[in-house]
Amino acid sequence: MLAKRIIPCLDVRDGKVVKGVQFRNHEIIGDIVPLAQKYAQAGADELVFYDITASSDDRVVDKSWVSRIAQVIDIPFCVAGGIKTEEDAKQILMMGADKISINSPALRDPSLISRLADIFGQQCIVVGVDSFFNQDANNGAGEYQVYQFTGDETRTQKTKWRTLDWIQEVQRLGAGEIVLNCMNQDGVRQGYDIEQLSQVRKLCNVPLIASGGAGEISHFVDVFQQADVDGALAASVFHKAIIAMDELKQTLKNEKVEIRLC
Amino acid sequence: MSENPQANFVIVDTGCANLASVKFAVERLGFTITISDDIDVIKNADKVILPGVGSARHAMENIRAKGLVATLQQLTQPVLGFCLGMQLMTRTSAEGVGKDEVVECLGLIPTDVRPLEAKTLRLPHMGWNTLTQVSDHAIFTGISVDDYFYFVHSFAAPISEYTVARCHYGSEFSAAIAKDNFIGCQFHPERSSALGSKIIKNFLEM
Repeated sequence: MLAKRIIPCLDVRDGKVVKGVQFRNHEIIGDIVPLAQKYAQAGADELVFYDITASSDDRVVDKSWVSRIAQVIDIPFCVAGGIKTEEDAKQILMMGADKISINSPALRDPSLISRLADIFGQQCIVVGVDSFFNQDANNGAGEYQVYQFTGDETRTQKTKWRTLDWIQEVQRLGAGEIVLNCMNQDGVRQGYDIEQLSQVRKLCNVPLIASGGAGEISHFVDVFQQADVDGALAASVFHKAIIAMDELKQTLKNEKVEIRLC
Repeated sequence: MSENPQANFVIVDTGCANLASVKFAVERLGFTITISDDIDVIKNADKVILPGVGSARHAMENIRAKGLVATLQQLTQPVLGFCLGMQLMTRTSAEGVGKDEVVECLGLIPTDVRPLEAKTLRLPHMGWNTLTQVSDHAIFTGISVDDYFYFVHSFAAPISEYTVARCHYGSEFSAAIAKDNFIGCQFHPERSSALGSKIIKNFLEM
């Protein structure tokens, strides 16, 4: 049986792993390579590295760390941040990343998704979606809306897309996987946004990864059992050792969630 | 370090993107390996790895442009294909072309790659899945049914007489195929943690 994936996410700024609360106030957690190695050895199923400054600074930063990670870890990993062109993607993949994730550049030029999928294969094109529930939208009924440039709070802005429409559009264009970051929940460790993930799941025929809100082991059990996501991404609970990987995976297995024990 | 320091291992430069990951995986085991698209270097290797990600059409175009088709077809030393590299070992693949068309592949193992019949399950088949059957082929020494490996694909080789390991996702398909000196794994040993490394080590020490 295909196992559900546990995916530690390492936010990278200037070559260091950082963590902020609701995308703000970043604190340094540590160096990338030893952290990547630690998580791979602990039994993570995959890792994601988000360069959180790249898109908003309008630059492609030094990515030589991608190659250093590929040298030491033996599980798949994905790199996100500032990938705007086929050439950017090629460089990251050639350094040893298994997948690339695009977010703001896909919103600016949706055809980028198709071009990347055509060249590198649908399987390595992940689309990240930052989604925020605006209570005031839709005449007060509330609505999930897509945001961009979330790496820099001074530039974070709402897009024209409703989340559910964008989810369908990116699949049509050739996305191989979707990471849905529920911004209302991010960094506050109150649980994944089951309601939103369930709505997106109904429209999502490619692997769907939940992001934002993990605070305790039961949150992972809930998101797999109730929202049927393929993977769950989390950062601070692993960086701050609030949750141990082996205990998390054993609990999931006991709860009848298909999981690769380590 | 390598138990056979004289051994000459080569990764075929298919122009695909996962060459570095495969090289690093071999180096983590203490072996050295060369990435090459030189006909003589590939011919003279003791063991050859054929990696690949992306579409069969692009990869075969690269291999043809480099003039490597005949070279690869004439290899007599052990050759291990990973993922798309495995799929290129078959006669044809339906990936990357229109409906009712196929890509001519290397024809090393007489089977054909077709869309994975995932039924109601989501595609791509992406993540860690278990083997449902494993043969006694030398590269599977120490590997058992229910061991997890990392898969990422939407196309697969069906079960055939060349199947040496099986996986199930909506339907059963070949997790590995082999004929004579050629063997290919649909999963990514270079990204399958300790058990994936075990398979690479088995191959290099075969």
